[in-house]
Amino acid sequence: MKLRKYLIVYKKFLHTSLASELEYKTNIFVDLITAILSLIGSIFLLSIFFQNNVRIGGWEFEQALIIQGIYTILNGITNTWFNPNLKEIVKHIREGTLDFVLLKPIDSQFFISFKNITPSGLLEIMLGCCLLLYCIKINQINLNFIFLTLCLITIICSICILYSLWFFISTTTIWFVKTWNATEVLRSLLYIGRFPLNSFSFSLRIFFSVFIPIAFITTIPSEVFLGLSQLWKILLEVLVAIVFLFSSRKFWLFALKFYSSASS
Amino acid sequence: MLSNLNNRKIITLLKVQYSNMLEYRVEIALWAISGIIPFFMLNIWTNNNLNESINISDVMLSRYFLSAFFVRQFSVVWVVFSFEEDSLMGKISPYLIQPLNPFFRYFAQHLAEQITRFPFALTIALVFFIFNPESIWIPNLLILFLSIISTFLSFIIQFLIQSIIACLCFWTEKASSIERLLFIPTLFLSGLLAPIVSFPEYVKSWIYLTPFPYLIDFPANLLSGNSTNVIGGFSMQILWILLLFPVFKKIWSKGTKKYTAMGS
Repeated sequence: MKLRKYLIVYKKFLHTSLASELEYKTNIFVDLITAILSLIGSIFLLSIFFQNNVRIGGWEFEQALIIQGIYTILNGITNTWFNPNLKEIVKHIREGTLDFVLLKPIDSQFFISFKNITPSGLLEIMLGCCLLLYCIKINQINLNFIFLTLCLITIICSICILYSLWFFISTTTIWFVKTWNATEVLRSLLYIGRFPLNSFSFSLRIFFSVFIPIAFITTIPSEVFLGLSQLWKILLEVLVAIVFLFSSRKFWLFALKFYSSASS
Repeated sequence: MLSNLNNRKIITLLKVQYSNMLEYRVEIALWAISGIIPFFMLNIWTNNNLNESINISDVMLSRYFLSAFFVRQFSVVWVVFSFEEDSLMGKISPYLIQPLNPFFRYFAQHLAEQITRFPFALTIALVFFIFNPESIWIPNLLILFLSIISTFLSFIIQFLIQSIIACLCFWTEKASSIERLLFIPTLFLSGLLAPIVSFPEYVKSWIYLTPFPYLIDFPANLLSGNSTNVIGGFSMQILWILLLFPVFKKIWSKGTKKYTAMGS
């Protein structure tokens, strides 16, 4: 019953935000070109790295392309859902409109996380999928049921971790009103998700698997694609995803206790 | 008399914007941190010994990327985003009445931001030197002076390009997507992620005719002491400014005629 209510509300959200986004049709077209160019640019950068090397951090060019594909999909998801919504949190807190969100008879985290959608990010997701399909072909990966389920599980876990990271950072604005661009820091850190984790030095590797689990976000799903991943890594990723989701929820509820609206 | 008045205007503008920026210093610190991507790139380059093939030693490469970080810090431009917001909100109208081109206001805003940003960038550089003590170097005064000038010229080129895009707001209302499109070649071709010497021949043959290498690669090479064509670089920078300025003037005068404010 409750789930149905949320589905209906989400349908409305989709409807309103799509309607307002489609107002700027040329924008969507420009965004499509941007996504394509961005993918070309990162493949170009990768090709510079592989100019005189066959392997980087144990990854061949064709294998590293998988990481690129997964990164593109995740980036598309970020641009479609996380970025437009979580940017709003900051605005809500700054202008005191979070009050209106809290008064609504639905879950505030749901409202804040899914209100808006930017359709141009969907194009990026499609681009990433095309690249992945191409990678499956050139790396001669056999598709079977277990492989597909494992891929799906790891990618879903990546999405959960990514969402929690974004949500964590955005929630901190309840205390530090003016840090709306903290998400930019996260974005620049996430940038290293384009490359295999093994290509970084040991200290950075530790940093990016313990403090900010970017390692889990792209590298483990890619390893699953190549059939290289051990079971414990996949289980670990599931565990990390659950912990992150759970704590982001707790953190939001905790942070709300400190919210004092603009005029009260 | 006239120049006296202009001087006073400029100083007042700078003072106002500087105090405005000081208020948002945490934000600016975060912007500074979000520019650390060159250091990750450096890590990939040196950790995989990719620089051997392009004949740049580890030390020179780390100086290059540190300089690239600095140049980027002091040539970041966001005028299109400010202008778009002001234009959508109708704030442009009062600015247009004033006997001062509104772009002076944005220009002063950028300069003030750079002054505020300086200590943060310096701190990041210090941290970098603590981890890489062998890459400490002190450029001589002439080089320092020249690289500051070339960084400033790079800033002006980017400011002009973005101002031209910003003026498109008069026609399309949302111009920031075009800026995001243009940011992609800037990111990949300017030398922020990989020095241009490492690019394959088929790119190197035409890239020096575009403005991109002069945005980061040229000033960074100059500052870090890597080999570069000083006279050629400066003349190309000035040439691009001379090309872009009349375009900006033209599009501005056309745009203001086209401008219709909300409710008028």
